[in-house]
Amino acid sequence: MDIFSLSLSINGNRYERQVDSRLLLSDFLRHDLGLTGTHVGCEHGVCGACTVLFDGQPVRSCLMLAVQANGHALSTVEGLASSRQQLHPLQQAFWEAHGLQCGFCTPGFLMTLVPFLADHPDPSEMAIREAISGNLCRCTGYQNIVEAVRLAADRLRAG
Amino acid sequence: MPKTRGWEAVLYNSQSVRLEMKPPPFKYLAPDSLEQALELMAQYGEEAKLLAGGQSLIPAMNFRVVQPAVLVDLNRIKALEYVENSEDGSLAIGAMTRQRALEFNPIVAESTPLLHECMPHVAHPQIRNRGTLGGSLAHADPAAELPVVAVACGSRMKAKGPQGERWIEADRFFKGMFATVLQPGEILMEVVFPPLPPGTGWSFMEASRRRGDYAMMGVAATLRLSSSGTCEQARLVYLNAGDGPVEAPQAAAALKGQTPGPEAFEAAAATAAEQEIDPLGNVHASVAYQRQLAKVLTRRALARAFERAQITGN
Repeated sequence: MDIFSLSLSINGNRYERQVDSRLLLSDFLRHDLGLTGTHVGCEHGVCGACTVLFDGQPVRSCLMLAVQANGHALSTVEGLASSRQQLHPLQQAFWEAHGLQCGFCTPGFLMTLVPFLADHPDPSEMAIREAISGNLCRCTGYQNIVEAVRLAADRLRAG
Repeated sequence: MPKTRGWEAVLYNSQSVRLEMKPPPFKYLAPDSLEQALELMAQYGEEAKLLAGGQSLIPAMNFRVVQPAVLVDLNRIKALEYVENSEDGSLAIGAMTRQRALEFNPIVAESTPLLHECMPHVAHPQIRNRGTLGGSLAHADPAAELPVVAVACGSRMKAKGPQGERWIEADRFFKGMFATVLQPGEILMEVVFPPLPPGTGWSFMEASRRRGDYAMMGVAATLRLSSSGTCEQARLVYLNAGDGPVEAPQAAAALKGQTPGPEAFEAAAATAAEQEIDPLGNVHASVAYQRQLAKVLTRRALARAFERAQITGN
């Protein structure tokens, strides 16, 4: 065992844990912290389901070691909604535009798209498709995901 | 009782069960400085593996294809993350510079446009947020874009190890599939891209099944025009066309002295695709299809490079 003390912020909350160096960040989030909103699909960086924000940038949490997150700030899908009653505008748009069916890939899409929309408030369809190129969805055919992003972008711009 | 998987154990048995882990055990070391990293690499030698962005190494470890005894993480060494323009117009890039940072760096776009052009093709945005220039080069995947561009640009690499510091030309750096001339204990520190000579056009093109997937074929092309408008020099380097970045020197040499145009490009494309590259074929593309892609991409890339050479030559 190669144990390290880990102190990091997730969704604004401070966490301190002991981890084995070979524990993946995705498994740490799910199994050690119970933040099971981050989904694990392929575990080798292809599907994008495990995407989280690492210092504000979307990354694959299955391609990082938990120990590498020491001292960093993470955001996961659990941190998006402002309350149990109030979804994030992007989540709301996914719901309304039917941007998901089974929902397994959704957390990865959301965490990829939140910073994308912050940088691109009025994205073209091509830009949206480019942005989600690293996320696989087997249900929707992506059409409704693109529409959900447009809907969210319109609302976020309107404020 | 059936053996439960990790997540079931968590659901039904709360915290008492230790979960299975994907990578095999290793000793993890995260030095703060290059000096410390070099000391650790000298100490552990062949036992140690360097961790850069981890976008290829971590999956390989998850699959247990790679099982290093010691992992030396370079991510805390901020001194290896930089893009610097030097007086002669060349660009020095620290090995740990993130691919995403290169993609949006205006200096990169200005002085090494070929590198800039290939960046969006390097996997996906999430991967580029972590992936580094040096990591991709040291990994030496024959299907990767950055090694091909490094060769096409005539870049050179600075490495440092127990024997001291040395410079390696890009076309001598790669030594076959997932292999480079880096010695155990050596760290790739910097890559220098020389400026494109005036009148040089460039193009990077690839064909993949889906955006961001490994390309079935790809080419980096440069083409320099003489003052009379003939082709003075050309370079063609291919990805997924052999066991590393594959050059097509005969096709490039045949272009020399020619009037650039569809005929010359077609001939060069045929030579490169049929005689010089050595694609291996895979489940997504047969060897014949890869050669066909190489032919079409070469033709198009040379045409694009020619257009740009005419603009930059003015």
